[in-house]
Amino acid sequence: MCVAFPGKVIEINGDFGKIDFGNGTIRDNILLSLVNAKVGDYVLVHAGYAIQVVDEEEARRSIEIWNEMTRELPKEKRIQDFNEVVGRGNE
Amino acid sequence: MSEEYLSLLKYYRDPKLAKAIKIKIDELSRKIEENVMIMHVCGSHEWTITHYGIRTLLPDNIEVRAGPGCPVCITPATDIDDAVKLALDGVVITTYGDMSRARGTKMSLQDAKALGGDVRIIYGVQDAVKMARKEPEKEFLFFAVGMDTTAPATAFELLKGVPKNLSFLVSYRYTPAIQGSVMESNVLGIDAFISAGHSATITGLKPYYEYFLRSKKPMVATGFEPIDVLMAIYMILKQIDEGRPKIENEYTRSVTWEGNVKAQEVMEKVFDLEDGYVRGVAIFPKAGFRLKDEFRKYDAREQYGLKDRSKTADEYVAGARCGEVVMGLIDPPECPLYMKTCKPDDPKGAPMVSQEGTCWIWAMHKIVNVAPRCKR
Repeated sequence: MCVAFPGKVIEINGDFGKIDFGNGTIRDNILLSLVNAKVGDYVLVHAGYAIQVVDEEEARRSIEIWNEMTRELPKEKRIQDFNEVVGRGNE
Repeated sequence: MSEEYLSLLKYYRDPKLAKAIKIKIDELSRKIEENVMIMHVCGSHEWTITHYGIRTLLPDNIEVRAGPGCPVCITPATDIDDAVKLALDGVVITTYGDMSRARGTKMSLQDAKALGGDVRIIYGVQDAVKMARKEPEKEFLFFAVGMDTTAPATAFELLKGVPKNLSFLVSYRYTPAIQGSVMESNVLGIDAFISAGHSATITGLKPYYEYFLRSKKPMVATGFEPIDVLMAIYMILKQIDEGRPKIENEYTRSVTWEGNVKAQEVMEKVFDLEDGYVRGVAIFPKAGFRLKDEFRKYDAREQYGLKDRSKTADEYVAGARCGEVVMGLIDPPECPLYMKTCKPDDPKGAPMVSQEGTCWIWAMHKIVNVAPRCKR
């Protein structure tokens, strides 16, 4: 019940919005009134309502921090070792 | 959904990144030397930890344990009993799918449905409102269970106005109060906390502050991808290593200090906080939601003269150790019923019912051994 899915707001009708979750899933009865979302925003949807507008920029920033962390690692070799174990399929 | 957005998710599951964080965790754990027991309080975190095998990645002196966070698990059996009774009396009961499968002291809402009760599965409170409007000749009840994440939508509908033939059996619990109580109590010997990311999205991190000030235990709010959880563990260890406990936020893409203020305002207009019983565990101060007086006419407890028994202790099926699983005192395989008489397709206890329940998650991953432990 704590699982929330991000989706894109494609239409707003009063309190509710039409949300595109990708993979062809579109729902038109998602309550949007508890967040400040506009058409085009990404929202985190839980139990039929948007709990938060997801800041894509913020998400990207977090990713950069993590990438930074990977880079600052002096143990570059350990990453290579890992690649050998896990394979490079995910790159 | 844009390709670009979906590609973001890949980062949160990037094995290279995971390995890099693991190396950092290993380094810190060697530096710290002492045992560190971390508790998380969300079923979705337990799913991520179990699914991605995070426990097996961790050094010997670092342990992660599942605490009380599954909404279905913590809903008192007496509340389920009340909903069952009303279903059998002819009230249309609307609730979430998971909740309908959890047993009260005698049966579940699904059992009541098999006996002729009208029990309908919904995905949000607005479905219940719609149904009640459509069929004004019937009495509807919304079994309102969950945490801070589910309460605001209900509050919103009540403020907007709901049909007269819809009542609410409110069993919501307030996560900061539950986690806060555990933080302050030293009974479980927990050193640090991973806070539930979506609950904190609503409440913000602010309500945790008073508990933090008293307990001084590291706390990190985090997301639900494996990288999120690994990062949270890393951040906690860093705090311990530096000897500077604080409240930190890993899930910055959703959680803020203030939280979703709009949702909080709506909740505050409709609910008061009172002591709340967590099934099989204890009464937690200020952990339960109660409808304010002006909304009492929608309170199913008033309407149907239900004795509010949410504060009384209730039992699980004989021999079951659900309460201990919910509190992270034992792992599911330590319960004598686990995978013997209690299985996902025939759950005897609430933690085996829901996708958020520790027993269900462990069972679905076919785990029969106790997780490695560093303390006890």
